Amino acid sequence: MTFQSDERNLDDVGPGFMDYPARSVWQGIRSYFIGLALAVLLTVFSFYLLGTHWIWDPALPAALAALAIAQIGVHLVFFLHITTAPDNTNTVLALGFAVLIVALIIVGSLWIMYHLNQNMLPMDQMLQMQP
Amino acid sequence: MSTAETFAPVREIDPYKLGRRRLAPSEAEIAAKGRGEGGPASKWVVVGYGFWLFLLSDVIMFSAFFAAHAVLQTATAGGPTGRELFDLHSVAVQTGVLLASSFTCGLAAVATDARSQIGTQLALLITGLLGLAFLLLEAKDFATMVAAGAGPQRSAFLSSTFTLVGCHGLHVSAGLLWLGTMMAQVFVKGFRPNILRRLLCFNLFWHMLDIIWVALFTVVYLVGVLR
Repeated sequence: MTFQSDERNLDDVGPGFMDYPARSVWQGIRSYFIGLALAVLLTVFSFYLLGTHWIWDPALPAALAALAIAQIGVHLVFFLHITTAPDNTNTVLALGFAVLIVALIIVGSLWIMYHLNQNMLPMDQMLQMQP
Repeated sequence: MSTAETFAPVREIDPYKLGRRRLAPSEAEIAAKGRGEGGPASKWVVVGYGFWLFLLSDVIMFSAFFAAHAVLQTATAGGPTGRELFDLHSVAVQTGVLLASSFTCGLAAVATDARSQIGTQLALLITGLLGLAFLLLEAKDFATMVAAGAGPQRSAFLSSTFTLVGCHGLHVSAGLLWLGTMMAQVFVKGFRPNILRRLLCFNLFWHMLDIIWVALFTVVYLVGVLR
């Protein structure tokens, strides 16, 4: 017993859907052009930063990470059409949960392994302890 | 609420949008699907959301590889470092090629919405060729590294690099196979509802691959040459 319809309602929303009622071919293409321009700008900038000393060297990884996160945001908005509209709530909630898990895995691993590294004996001393 | 407002025609696009008044039971029959009294969501929404959940779980799997690589980035075991190995020019070209393919994939979606067989096929073909070029460039880089004695068995750093980048490459390969079958399906079956849903899922998959690559070229290559 299924009432699921096979056709797309005007108000169906989800990841990858463009805003259906207000959309023409040109509007669709424009979204991708804006996304492409912003993504190229951010990519070129992060490659360019490597060759310069604009940013204090130890802070460079953080700057590159910030640029990458910005570019991921651009891709989500202009290529995947994720919005903050109320009808996109399910999509954004799932995305938010995934971001939480990803952050826990990456930050947690780095944090724990950093402390383990600090508490480890240097390798030569460890080899001497073996019988 | 005045009488006139109650009996006004209510064919609004989304009656459950925030700020809209609640519908009377008689009006709920035409309410939006998938929310409240509107009945189950259409397959478009269900399929798209389900595939979105799969993609997010795939991203979480990638995050474990990213975490391993971030931890092992300096564990070179006396072997070559990222600074000595990575060819940033090649990486820049790969990045550009994959970004362009993500863009043409989006154009394919626009062409599909306009129900243009030629436009869809052409955009998908360019997407596939760009994806293939990306894979070949990546394979060439891998071959150069292995030939220089910097294969995955050399150090923990290289093991994690090959695993992470290779896993992304495998996803791109799978995406290319999928793309080929989608082109054939669109050609043979046309724009049926189920084919359209598959195209939607393929689009999501391909854009997500590019998102992973953004994180990948930053963490593995750009930060890698700084270590």
